[in-house]
Amino acid sequence: MPITIEVVDQGIVGEMLDEVFKYFTYVDRKFSTYKKSSEISQINDSRLKISDSSQDMQLIFKLAQQTKEETRGFFDIYHNGKYDPSGIVKGWAILEAAVILHRKGFKNFYVEAGGDVQVSGLNSQGKKWRIGIKNPFNSSEIVKVVEADSQGVATSGTYLRGQHIYNPKTGQEITDIVSLTVIGPNIYEADRFATAAFAMGKNGIEFIEKLPGFEGYMIDCKGTATMTSEFEKYVI
Amino acid sequence: MKKILLSLSLIIMFVAYILYQRLGELDNARMVAPGSGIMSNQNGNGMGGVGKQMMGSYKDGTYTGSIADAYYGNVQVQATIQGGKITDVQFLDYPQDRQTSQEINAQAMPYLKTEAIQVQSANVDIISGATQTSRAFKESLLSALNQAQG
Repeated sequence: MPITIEVVDQGIVGEMLDEVFKYFTYVDRKFSTYKKSSEISQINDSRLKISDSSQDMQLIFKLAQQTKEETRGFFDIYHNGKYDPSGIVKGWAILEAAVILHRKGFKNFYVEAGGDVQVSGLNSQGKKWRIGIKNPFNSSEIVKVVEADSQGVATSGTYLRGQHIYNPKTGQEITDIVSLTVIGPNIYEADRFATAAFAMGKNGIEFIEKLPGFEGYMIDCKGTATMTSEFEKYVI
Repeated sequence: MKKILLSLSLIIMFVAYILYQRLGELDNARMVAPGSGIMSNQNGNGMGGVGKQMMGSYKDGTYTGSIADAYYGNVQVQATIQGGKITDVQFLDYPQDRQTSQEINAQAMPYLKTEAIQVQSANVDIISGATQTSRAFKESLLSALNQAQG
């Protein structure tokens, strides 16, 4: 997963960013379902019990369970007999990375991984960070520009080859919508709710509307966008 | 059945709109503690345009009111406010059967806005969107490191 970090503050040196990238490597080694040696693969192959797993792994399982309850089961890391927590790990890891930078005293930066981002402070022009939402029908274009200074912005989408998201209750693939962007108080929250809301199909945007402190922008398979009632406060 | 559902949908949208307007006039009405309150709005017709800013100043809670509807007679409505926005509108006492009102509650969120997507030419700092799930994590990490050191 591509990771991009920009720190505007003075005093940032390569070693500090190395620490953040090393953290993402740690996350990948532990949670990647593509790696047979990862801790999650060991759990999925029944080589390791969840109750015997590492602190971070048990934390993720707890957070996933909590999210499942908060979304009436539309967020579920269990698919086809295996656990895949990527819908919550990504946001969590990005937020943890942002915390690393905060602890080092940096205030103006962003951390982006796989199309989800946590911003902090202002960009190099002293303005709020400008985030473009990709056109699901042409990924070299953007269809909406928002600005943020402390929020997390997460987009769930299925418009790339091989991507499928399913309604965990019916097992049906979601095809009526192709992109759902959520702006929330931080990227962990935005990511988990974007993942859950996408699994609700067109109803997902209503779920976000009912969540205080979250705004959303959903694009359906025909190119019609639906936004929550206060989304436009972020739009420039 | 469909006609009733359609009419009921229109009514709930109308009711929600009226509530949205009338809550802007709660300054003048007696407001009891959330959960038990009755919005007595004696001011009747003056529905000035109430911007979203006004909604933000109202306390979270559940408010109950009565609105006379021309077609169905008196309807009692309960509105829930969270974070300054109406998040739910429920019919409490409905002249038709209550099962129908449950379905109606699930429909019609009149605050969502739709638009055709349009390509933007503005400069941005960051792009948010679906990215290819990559097995080649190491490769992209290396190129990101190069970016950081550049």
